[in-house]
Amino acid sequence: MGSRVGKIWLGLGYLFLYLPIFTLIVFSFNDSKMVTLWGGFTFKWYGLIAKDTEVIDGLKLSLKVAVLSATGSVFLGMLAAFAMVKYKRFFGRMTFSAHINAPLVVPEVITGLSLLLFFVMCERLFGAPERGLFTIWAGHTSIGLAYAAVVIQSRLMEMDKSLEEAAMDLGCRPFQVFTLVTFPMIAQSLASAWLLTFTISLDDVVSTAFLSGPGSTTLPIIILSRARLGLNPTINVIATITVAVVAVGVLAGSLWMSSQERKRAAEQAAAYRDGMKLDAVPA
Amino acid sequence: MKFQKFLQWFKAYNWGRFSVISIPYLFLILLFSIPFLVVLRLSVTEMDGVHIMDLTSYADGMITLKLKLSNYLFLVTDDLYVETYISSLKYAVINTVICMFIGYPFAYFMARSPVSMRPALLMLVSLPFWTSYLLRVYAWKGLLDDNGVFNNILIGLHLIDEPIKMMHTSFSMMLGMVYTYLPFMILPLYANLAKMDLRLLEAAKDLGATPFLTFWLITVPLSKNGIIAGAMLVFIPSVGEYVIPELLGGPSTLMIGRVLWDEFFSNNDWAMASAVAVSMVLLILLPLVIFNKYQAESGTGPRA
Repeated sequence: MGSRVGKIWLGLGYLFLYLPIFTLIVFSFNDSKMVTLWGGFTFKWYGLIAKDTEVIDGLKLSLKVAVLSATGSVFLGMLAAFAMVKYKRFFGRMTFSAHINAPLVVPEVITGLSLLLFFVMCERLFGAPERGLFTIWAGHTSIGLAYAAVVIQSRLMEMDKSLEEAAMDLGCRPFQVFTLVTFPMIAQSLASAWLLTFTISLDDVVSTAFLSGPGSTTLPIIILSRARLGLNPTINVIATITVAVVAVGVLAGSLWMSSQERKRAAEQAAAYRDGMKLDAVPA
Repeated sequence: MKFQKFLQWFKAYNWGRFSVISIPYLFLILLFSIPFLVVLRLSVTEMDGVHIMDLTSYADGMITLKLKLSNYLFLVTDDLYVETYISSLKYAVINTVICMFIGYPFAYFMARSPVSMRPALLMLVSLPFWTSYLLRVYAWKGLLDDNGVFNNILIGLHLIDEPIKMMHTSFSMMLGMVYTYLPFMILPLYANLAKMDLRLLEAAKDLGATPFLTFWLITVPLSKNGIIAGAMLVFIPSVGEYVIPELLGGPSTLMIGRVLWDEFFSNNDWAMASAVAVSMVLLILLPLVIFNKYQAESGTGPRA
């Protein structure tokens, strides 16, 4: 088994992963009634989508829900991760951990159905909440919480505990320890958990279908209903724009990360240099 | 002074710790457990249209508890449901096996590629995650359709005269499932294979093992945890999949998630949908419980 087999296997694998995305992009520029037959280059579908109020309203709602639920998920997930890592013994810890992990295991059709029936019950008993932004948010947040908790938990577990202990020894109150030491150290995992839950929410279609009301359709719901009817060039346009945004975002993100890394390395080197100088000062 | 004592206790109590635990706990109990209890209740409730009957009634000094079990009875006796459960499990197992066969060598070659290339290779696997999976599933429609890209190319090359029927078959659905879940198999396997101690492989080679024997006796057993994690990540969500069977599957590709959806949205049968949901949870939890028990007994313990 040479590396040639490996290269071919990897090449075919990546082709498999990217071919569909590539065709989506190509056919978003296709000037033909037949969605899959090439009929020349055009931007007309892009012009069409700019005037498509259904899509634009859906996108607005999707972004709103995604920002709110990512924020909620990271906040709740951080608390949950803290509880799991820092407090080894408390009443109902087993059930707590089961509750955090359950949304990862239970299929979304069930999460969606059960939340909807619960909200319907609530509406009959209390007259609220109506299906819309809040109910979608609730569904996305309970799913996102689980993912955020996993990400933040793994960061907390590998973190050096002695730093927090040092801060406490130096007289920090628990909340100060958190804001001055723990938070800066887990900030990156909070950011990646936020991005992850943001995309999960932006992409979610199954639980949203249960939880959205008549006046509140998110973008994925619109895409699903159009895709059900058959091939539709506007979907290709949405896909192309998504891919472009993601590509730019990932590129910017990795550039920022590497510049951050360089900065930190430079600071560390400077700190070592200063330390050497101090050592060299005769007593 | 009881009040003062209470005040003292109140001041000394670790409220920070209390709120750290109870805020997410309450959220999940309110928005995850209680909703599921609602489903459990509805699955045994007599429904009059969308009007929910009470479970207990009081008459003539007697409290009667009325549980409607016919939904479950129907689930077990009706051929369609039994068949759907079996075929959901079948598709999920096939998906896991195919993902393993494609993903294991893929992760292996990734992990053995030059160190400088690995971050880029890894990023290329996880990049599709950031684009909508709905869109990626939809993309296969354009490729596999009767007048889709593949058929057009084959007809253009005069290899076939009539388009091959690929859409709305079990083939198109399996392709979509493998495509969607392959990265879930690759990523844990890669993480596991990349940190493997390569000296063990050298030792095996020195002791005279052939490359295949080294792979089978050293690499595969050492990557057991990655295999289990990948299989779980693929199998569990595949069982309840809705979008892929809806967009790429046909009338013959029965999946339980889709049946639940239709039961609720098309038939408006809340009680039946609830019963399907409860049995679906059992279907997924049972293998998990058995697996956890097996892990605990074999002494390795669950990974998480």
